[in-house]
Amino acid sequence: MYSAKVMDHFTNPRNVGEIENPSGVGEVGNAACGDIMKLTLQIEDNVIKDVKFKTFGCGAAIATSSMVTEMVKGKTIKEALDITNKAVAEALDGLPPIKMHCSNLAASALHAAIKDWQAKKIAEA
Amino acid sequence: MKRIYLDHSATTPVRSEVAEVICEHLTEKFGNPSSVHSFGREARESLEKAREQVAAMINAKPEEIIFTSGGTEADNMAILGSTEKYLGQGKHIITSAIEHHAVLHPCEHLQQKGFKLTILPVDEHGIVNVDDLKKALTPDTVLISIMHANNEVGSIQPIEEIGAIAREKGILFHTDAVQSLGKIPVDVQKLPVDLLAGSAHKLYGPKGVGFLYVRKGAKLSPRIFGGGQEKKRRSGTENIAGIVGLGKAMELAAQELSTEMPRLAELRDRLLTGLMDKIPHVKLNGHPTLRLPNNVNLSFQFVEGESLLLSLDMKGIAASSGSACTSGSLDPSHVLLAMGMAHEVAHGSVRMTLGSVNTAEDIEYVLEVFPPIVERLRSMSPLYNREGKAM
Repeated sequence: MYSAKVMDHFTNPRNVGEIENPSGVGEVGNAACGDIMKLTLQIEDNVIKDVKFKTFGCGAAIATSSMVTEMVKGKTIKEALDITNKAVAEALDGLPPIKMHCSNLAASALHAAIKDWQAKKIAEA
Repeated sequence: MKRIYLDHSATTPVRSEVAEVICEHLTEKFGNPSSVHSFGREARESLEKAREQVAAMINAKPEEIIFTSGGTEADNMAILGSTEKYLGQGKHIITSAIEHHAVLHPCEHLQQKGFKLTILPVDEHGIVNVDDLKKALTPDTVLISIMHANNEVGSIQPIEEIGAIAREKGILFHTDAVQSLGKIPVDVQKLPVDLLAGSAHKLYGPKGVGFLYVRKGAKLSPRIFGGGQEKKRRSGTENIAGIVGLGKAMELAAQELSTEMPRLAELRDRLLTGLMDKIPHVKLNGHPTLRLPNNVNLSFQFVEGESLLLSLDMKGIAASSGSACTSGSLDPSHVLLAMGMAHEVAHGSVRMTLGSVNTAEDIEYVLEVFPPIVERLRSMSPLYNREGKAM
């Protein structure tokens, strides 16, 4: 039911963990629906230097989280904001239709983390 | 790779003795039991022998057995057929929140057609309260349908008491015994049931065949019309190969019940206690003692069921989960939710159902492989450190 890429990211997830004193934190989903993703970012000069995730969820939830961290590392904020949930799913060679809706939240977590960083910056300024 | 099948409540392999009689009736004794010639008579003989085998296992009379296409059809036949027959006597039916959808959905269908439907709750162990049933009874109640044992958590329902109440009030009582047959004794002389549904593929028979027991005197309107087979109660040329497979499987299950039941219970308890000892934050779902001898259902807090199933599958272990992510819907199992379980705990449930092929070695392998899988997923879970407290 899952592509080989999904299974690879599920079995060997990249960038698992939490960055200490992160520039931004994004958390989406809720336990009731079975998926929670938490993404932490380290941002320097508008570039994402490091990113880590922790996810409670199904195979698709873990694989999309892992994939988005790979896609975003080294990217500028502007480039990162262009990444969509759909693009993450495509990078994994697709997800089963039911998973597109419920477990494909990784880009949303990324955007939430960037927003958190932007809000902090505004507060500091 | 070693493969261990722990999903016997989903389906079972056909045992070789059963496959043999099936094959014989596909190729040699292939006749239509309605034909007058020797081919037909031969098939008729096999059909009636199978009916006797099925009846013997549940201590019924052969004429009380109707063959169906499986447990789902038997449940539908019982609920839709009886309510239609007894329509003049009332339009209220009672069932429970943890029934299989083969019972719940026909009941809901009747509700849409104007019946009043009471869905009884269950306690935290997944057991119906007999007092709730008593309170739900009305003069208009025509049918009670409560399962014998639950398919997800294995909880055994008080159907002896429920049946006694139904009989006293003159209300028809149906039980779905698909999961209990072959695992615990099912005797219709001891259980006051009027209708009882069973399926072949849960007890090492083929898929696509089952039966409905209809106590002598209980009446059903047919749901399938045609050639008038099964005494006009279920038309259609009999699935003779499937039916003889069901008969043989039931006969063997009855013979082996007294040895298989304690063997499975011992394996179950080793698996249950082993996992609960080795892994923190694990909850047993279902009743601690009133449960099927082959059912293990546990919730692993802070992890999600499908991730667990995928990881187990990679180690060759086949199990199932009540998580939404494995059902194609957005909600976790209706059974676990009816037991009052929080959504996130239901999402972390895993069901392992044992069967004849499982050995003590299998259990030891599972106990070795399982804890690191949970540990790995928990290390990735944002819920784990935050609220790492006992459930």
